[in-house]
Amino acid sequence: MAYVVTDACRGCRYTECVTVCPVECFHLDEQMTYIDPENCIDCGGCAPICPVGAIHPSWQMPVGKGEWVEINRLRAAETPVIAAKIPPLPGADEQAKRLAS
Amino acid sequence: MSAPHRIAVVGSGPAGFYAAEALLRSGTPVAVDLFERLPAPFGLVRFGVAPDHPKLKQVTTVFDRIAGLPGFRFVGGIEIGADVSVPELRACYHAVILANGASLDRRMGIPGEDLAGSHQAGAFIGWYNGHPDAAGLSFDLSAERAVVIGHGNVALDVARILLKTPDELRHTDIAAHALDALAESRIREVQIVGRGGVARARFSPKELGEFGALADCATGLDSDDLPGGVPEPPVEAGAEARANAAILRGFSEAQGGSGKRRRCLIRFGLEPVRLAGEGRVERLHLRRPDSDRTLALECGLVVASIGRRTAPVAGIPYDAQAGVHANLGGRIVTDGVPVPGLYTCGWSKRGPHGTIGTNRACGVETAAAVLADFATLPLPVGSADALVASLTERTGHTIDYAAWRRIEAAETARGQSVGKPREKFVTRAEMLAVAGEAA
Repeated sequence: MAYVVTDACRGCRYTECVTVCPVECFHLDEQMTYIDPENCIDCGGCAPICPVGAIHPSWQMPVGKGEWVEINRLRAAETPVIAAKIPPLPGADEQAKRLAS
Repeated sequence: MSAPHRIAVVGSGPAGFYAAEALLRSGTPVAVDLFERLPAPFGLVRFGVAPDHPKLKQVTTVFDRIAGLPGFRFVGGIEIGADVSVPELRACYHAVILANGASLDRRMGIPGEDLAGSHQAGAFIGWYNGHPDAAGLSFDLSAERAVVIGHGNVALDVARILLKTPDELRHTDIAAHALDALAESRIREVQIVGRGGVARARFSPKELGEFGALADCATGLDSDDLPGGVPEPPVEAGAEARANAAILRGFSEAQGGSGKRRRCLIRFGLEPVRLAGEGRVERLHLRRPDSDRTLALECGLVVASIGRRTAPVAGIPYDAQAGVHANLGGRIVTDGVPVPGLYTCGWSKRGPHGTIGTNRACGVETAAAVLADFATLPLPVGSADALVASLTERTGHTIDYAAWRRIEAAETARGQSVGKPREKFVTRAEMLAVAGEAA
């Protein structure tokens, strides 16, 4: 079990999640963040702080998002750890509005 | 190279560790002494996180890593205000960060609160987690019903520990005295009572959901509280409130015929009025604020979990309303004006909210304030090394991180023989004896 970043992060990448992760289990590529399920301790701090609601617990994935459990596992193994907040991607605010509407 | 700035951090819970990390990784030469009242570090990760949540406790591997950063020193078994004063620290460090948490329970302020059998959550949690200050307490678990007052995760922890079977707790790091007492418990029902409705409850869905998977306990609602069923919280109540409502609906539908021998009722819209009984708690009187109807619950144990506040420190401005050290973004202030060299982080800065990781962002913010102020901080007049050395003379012990690791190794070894991740030492004397053994 672990928390899982889904495709709602794509193109936003606010990285608020990174600031509250107690174990530095977030990884990053050009598009989004991923959670390393081996290091996540299920504290649940990241899910409510995500501005676009992209993060869900693996035992409660929204319908149609199940594949992201495995994608997080694979991509976290291939990408570097991110330990501090970085600026969101250009256009993030517009995308967040779109997701909220 | 210039001499490093020296920072004293008081309190070795998550907030203290993350503040130390942010300072030590800042790229500026700093040395951090992390002071801890007990011989064991980690604050609420050791003494607050419930023993049946072992995964959360894995965060200590991060703290071990922080403790290995160059410039870090653990000064355990030293109580600020008793063994050393804040002015003494300020004389020997460029900056002092208070990360002493929220150790005081808020009281309900109702008649009968001091009757035997009425307790506050902090005491009960300290007891089952082997906190040296709570190890000697005892809780009467002989009555059939207990009531937990409060709608937060701490209330859930208390109720869950009371309702789990000995087999569900046996292989956790629960204190041995608590496991023994709980194995003899005659409690068959716990009611979790709160004033508000579903939307206002501060449970996290994950912890609420655990009540649907207890080995010998069925969880349900009382139809008197929510005659129309569980209402859908308004959108502005947030995703967690809506998730809680869905979980609670599941509990109410699953009620009855489970064959389980224990029961948990989660109750809403009930305000405690007074506790009554002959020399000890026998009844809790409640009223419904919306209708003024009253009811009485027979019970032998009441645990109040309605909030916490920071213990004021002599000479440090206190914000009585928020229950924290008076501060702006981590800078301790008098009448809104920062006191040079004094800072706070964690629950003693922002109140008792958030997850373990919230303290990371919080520690980063306070560390940034310290670093920004460096140029203007008063220079220490005394030596931190001399002060720490003198503390060994004052107290007769030295608990550095290596000494803590000896305590930890001994606890792990004790645990192995009984199938637990560790068997905690629950007195300072035991910890000091193990810590003092030759490395």
